[in-house]
Amino acid sequence: MKTIKTWAFLALFAATPALAGETNVAVAANFTDAAKEIATAFKAKSGHDAILSFGSSGQLYTQITQDAPFQILLSADAERPQKLVEDGLGVADSRFTYAIGKLVLWSKSADLVKGEETLKANGFTKLSIANPTAAPYGAAAIETLKALNLYDTLQPKIVQGNSIAQAFQFIDSANAELGFIALSQLAGNNGGSRWLVPQNLYTPIRQDAVLLKKAASNPAATEFLSFLKGAEGRAIIEKFGYAF
Amino acid sequence: MLGLPPDIWTSIRLTIELATLTTIILLIVGTLIAWWLARSKAWWKEGVASVVALPLVLPPTVLGFYLLVTLGPNGPGSWIAGLWGARTLAFTFEGLVFGSVVYSMPFMVQPIRNAFQAMGDRPLEVAATLRASPMKAFWTVAVPLARPGFLTGAVLGFAHTVGEFGIVLMIGGNIPGQTKVLSVAIYDYVETSQWREASILAAGMVVFAFIVILSMTLIEKRFARAGR
Repeated sequence: MKTIKTWAFLALFAATPALAGETNVAVAANFTDAAKEIATAFKAKSGHDAILSFGSSGQLYTQITQDAPFQILLSADAERPQKLVEDGLGVADSRFTYAIGKLVLWSKSADLVKGEETLKANGFTKLSIANPTAAPYGAAAIETLKALNLYDTLQPKIVQGNSIAQAFQFIDSANAELGFIALSQLAGNNGGSRWLVPQNLYTPIRQDAVLLKKAASNPAATEFLSFLKGAEGRAIIEKFGYAF
Repeated sequence: MLGLPPDIWTSIRLTIELATLTTIILLIVGTLIAWWLARSKAWWKEGVASVVALPLVLPPTVLGFYLLVTLGPNGPGSWIAGLWGARTLAFTFEGLVFGSVVYSMPFMVQPIRNAFQAMGDRPLEVAATLRASPMKAFWTVAVPLARPGFLTGAVLGFAHTVGEFGIVLMIGGNIPGQTKVLSVAIYDYVETSQWREASILAAGMVVFAFIVILSMTLIEKRFARAGR
């Protein structure tokens, strides 16, 4: 009996790779679902745990400047990773674009969103966006409204979520009839009505990743970034509607 | 003024409006509930008292969740927003008032109930023998005797509404002049690294909280002396 226990114990240890580590990753809210799937695939492949924290890019950036225990930032823009490098917190040559995000106008009602004419027709009470100062998708939404010359008209109807996740939730709970969110948030969801905002209406949402200096020697962190760049990572990212 | 961006003043005004309106509503609703809790002999009244006190224990996120979903446009409680012609409780000043009334209720009810109970049956019985109607006895005997309770309740209800954050964050939608109250404005400034604005507001709140607590203590002291 005792030997069986010993063997079971040894087998358990043998199953996990010898040097299983972990890395704390700060993830922009639009990338939530993709990041979870990537973390699972990464765990299966490397044995390392990626511990994910979600928020708006602005929120995560502020936390990192205040010494939050993150090792990687997956931002929803290119500016904040760049700033982290300038602040001396990010590893300069670790920066790369892991995804290009797409903005979409979405409603839970099947027949509300038909295109930009829906915004022009103005037949709704609340338009949900992410806080434009903290979330790049919110800034892209404002840019789109301005490009369509609708910002001044629709501005009183705008409600802001803290991050793109809350902007989505406001629409999903039907408290706002429609709103601008990330296409990735609709992965696997065919419900409602949507309009993929044409790229010429807003600056491409280049989402950059950066390794933070304090984790430069953590193999789990560097391997996570390589995984994100690699074929398996890319396949998942693509599945969620991002471009490269 | 003071070199602060104008939206800070909008937030300050909005916060004061929200807290004032909430306090007025609470003074009416809270007094009725407190009176009933203090006088009723119903066996289930402590159950009601517990429901009123729930926000003391519940995280604001629980209330925020119910306000968004259960009382949202698709929820069974959507008729509540319809009372004032809105589609949803979220994103409106009225919605915040509703949430604040629920959330600050125990801070109003508890002190008033205690004050009513402390005065006992005797003053009302005396008023009745002097042929005062129950309504008159309430206004001329009970309310003046319970004054410290009203003051404490009003100050706490007001202050607690000013300090509210979680619910507003969940249902507010950050609309300047409508739902962007001080606590959320501070959060916003911090999240976007605007330390200067954040520290001015934060220091202001510390001073405000200090004044509230100090005045509460002084009020209680004065009434304690007057009672002797």
